[in-house]
Amino acid sequence: MHIDETEKKWVWITVIMTVIMVGVLTAYAVGSNIHPPSGFEPIDSTRLHLTEEFAEDNLGYKDNGDGTGTLTMVGARYGFYPSRVEVPVDTPIRIRVASADVLHGLHVPFTNYTTMVVPGYVSEVNTTFQKTGDFSVMCNEYCGLGHDHMWSRLKVVPKSGS
Amino acid sequence: MSNKENSVGIGLANFWVALGFMTVAVLLGVYQVAERSGFFPSLESPTLYFASVSTHGVLMGFVLTTFFIMGFGYYTATTSLKMPIPGKGFAWFGFWLAIAGTLTAAVPLLTGNASVLYTMYPPLAAHPAFYIGATMLVVGSWFWCIEMIWMMLRWKKAHPGEAVPLVHFGNTANAIMWLWTTIGVGSEALFQLIPWSLGLLETIDVGLARTLFSWTLHAIVYFWLFPAYILLYTIMPKVIGGKLFSDEMGRIAFVMLLVFSVPIGFHHLYMDPFQEAGWKFLHMFGTFMVALPTLFTGFTVIASMEIAGRLRGGKGLFGWISALPWKEPVMVASGAAMLLLTFGGFGGIINASYSLNVMVHNTQWVTGHFHLIFGGTTVILYFAAAYHMFPRMLGRKLHSRSMAVVQLWLWFIGMLVLTLPWHVMGLLGQPRRISSAPYDDPLVQQWNIHEAAMIVGGVILFISTVMLLWNLYKTHSGPAQELQMEYAEAIHPAPRVPQLLNGFAFWNVVIGIYLIASYGYPIAQFFLNTTYGATPWGV
Repeated sequence: MHIDETEKKWVWITVIMTVIMVGVLTAYAVGSNIHPPSGFEPIDSTRLHLTEEFAEDNLGYKDNGDGTGTLTMVGARYGFYPSRVEVPVDTPIRIRVASADVLHGLHVPFTNYTTMVVPGYVSEVNTTFQKTGDFSVMCNEYCGLGHDHMWSRLKVVPKSGS
Repeated sequence: MSNKENSVGIGLANFWVALGFMTVAVLLGVYQVAERSGFFPSLESPTLYFASVSTHGVLMGFVLTTFFIMGFGYYTATTSLKMPIPGKGFAWFGFWLAIAGTLTAAVPLLTGNASVLYTMYPPLAAHPAFYIGATMLVVGSWFWCIEMIWMMLRWKKAHPGEAVPLVHFGNTANAIMWLWTTIGVGSEALFQLIPWSLGLLETIDVGLARTLFSWTLHAIVYFWLFPAYILLYTIMPKVIGGKLFSDEMGRIAFVMLLVFSVPIGFHHLYMDPFQEAGWKFLHMFGTFMVALPTLFTGFTVIASMEIAGRLRGGKGLFGWISALPWKEPVMVASGAAMLLLTFGGFGGIINASYSLNVMVHNTQWVTGHFHLIFGGTTVILYFAAAYHMFPRMLGRKLHSRSMAVVQLWLWFIGMLVLTLPWHVMGLLGQPRRISSAPYDDPLVQQWNIHEAAMIVGGVILFISTVMLLWNLYKTHSGPAQELQMEYAEAIHPAPRVPQLLNGFAFWNVVIGIYLIASYGYPIAQFFLNTTYGATPWGV
């Protein structure tokens, strides 16, 4: 067995590089609680309208009264509903999304509001929008021939009272 | 034909099938960049576009690769082990099964009845022939896997205690990895997609299907890359007049790729619900581990190049680079592949990052990333292998070496012009897999310049493909020339190596345990809990 001295040094360098990268990601995950949207929460996608949470009248943004909010949305070919949503800036928001039909991907460029929307499972994202303005909510997972046209709007507005 | 190896016929058959289907896929690619750009209103058609994207992905990712890898494996196995393919009928049966599968899947793909993309995410449902054909292709490739393992065992029996040549150690590592890899998509096809598309099952659990597909989705990339790495370790140093820097490091890299490729697929599911964050974190750790063998390979390969450069009289810190034989196709392809692998690797580390991935997930950035790894690193080295092997298989001189060199540089440039704008568009928020950009957003204006660039890239790649085909086709009728397949010697030859670097029994146990640890509960949870399936949806 022969491993060259220089090569051994390189192995150490790569191992240290990898440890640093994984370390930074771990620090953010543990220290700042930054995780990708996750969680096992089955839901019957064919009966969303019969659930309380995802019934049409209950979709949209709600102020929780404690400085946080909840945004509930449904993805269905070919749109995200409600198709226009207004949310306050600098407010921790719990976003809950479900699919009524096939696979979708919800994607708001320049924010970290992104999640896959998978039939049969609820997606949850916790985020705080840091800039006011108009954003597009685009579908980023192929969902059928009308996929390109699946998009809606998100408006981040100043906090009420400020 | 003057060659003695019994792998020449099956090798050439596999290579030409691979190249033929690749050409169709490249043509579709040119159409796709034009359609997608929105510059040609008469081309606009989501129906055609998504049928095309589905076919392009299947032909590139499954068909070109599988056939090329089989041809490469057969020819390098017989020439390195100096033994014939055992049970040749068995090998040909696998080949014809894979052909039958490809043609079966092609019918629904080309008629728009399988526009579900090559990732075939349910509950979009394709015609059953698509799933059945794809499964036959995979089963056909298993015959090749068995041949590779069989040859290694026979050789070891005839050469007790000796180190299996590095080339075939790599081929066998890839064959074993591919068998493990295809358990995921194979189970999805056999137990979910096929019965569901035939109407035998009413619904499909999409979470389970995506989990099983993720099992295959990372390791398949290493299935593609393995022959490229094998070429860099064992063929390139010899061709450029040098030696392999380290035989043992090659073995370590191959074993690590084998062990770490499969149990880490959840980085494809970072943005999905139905898996808890802890599992994703565990897979992220493994994903970074699998970067190590690539980094080791980078060092050994560049060190081998430096040895050749210095032997050829190159002096100074960088002088050896210009002393390398840049008129040799294998050299050009290896240099280009290492550069594009570096770019693709940077992007890959972003994608692999547990918390950073959110900014680029499912954007055009991802498309740019995997085209660099696939087209830029893997396929360009397949070209190099073809330029090197065709003359040896046919006993004829390569039609034109200079045309080959130009072709490879064009491919390199085309890949950069295609993929760099994609990375930028991804950062500018463009989703992948769209046939047009109807968004009412000022953002879209910023994409246009990059859309124009990608069309140029696509056309360059097409021209490059035509040159490749012409050169190889003409080689069949070129002047006779006897050349042997020779493999690089290591600076420190390793006639004997530790048992762990000369066989896979122990590593199979390790993979089995690692897979149960990383995928056991994430799969079991779908059976332990009440979940809700989805019925088939048309596109």
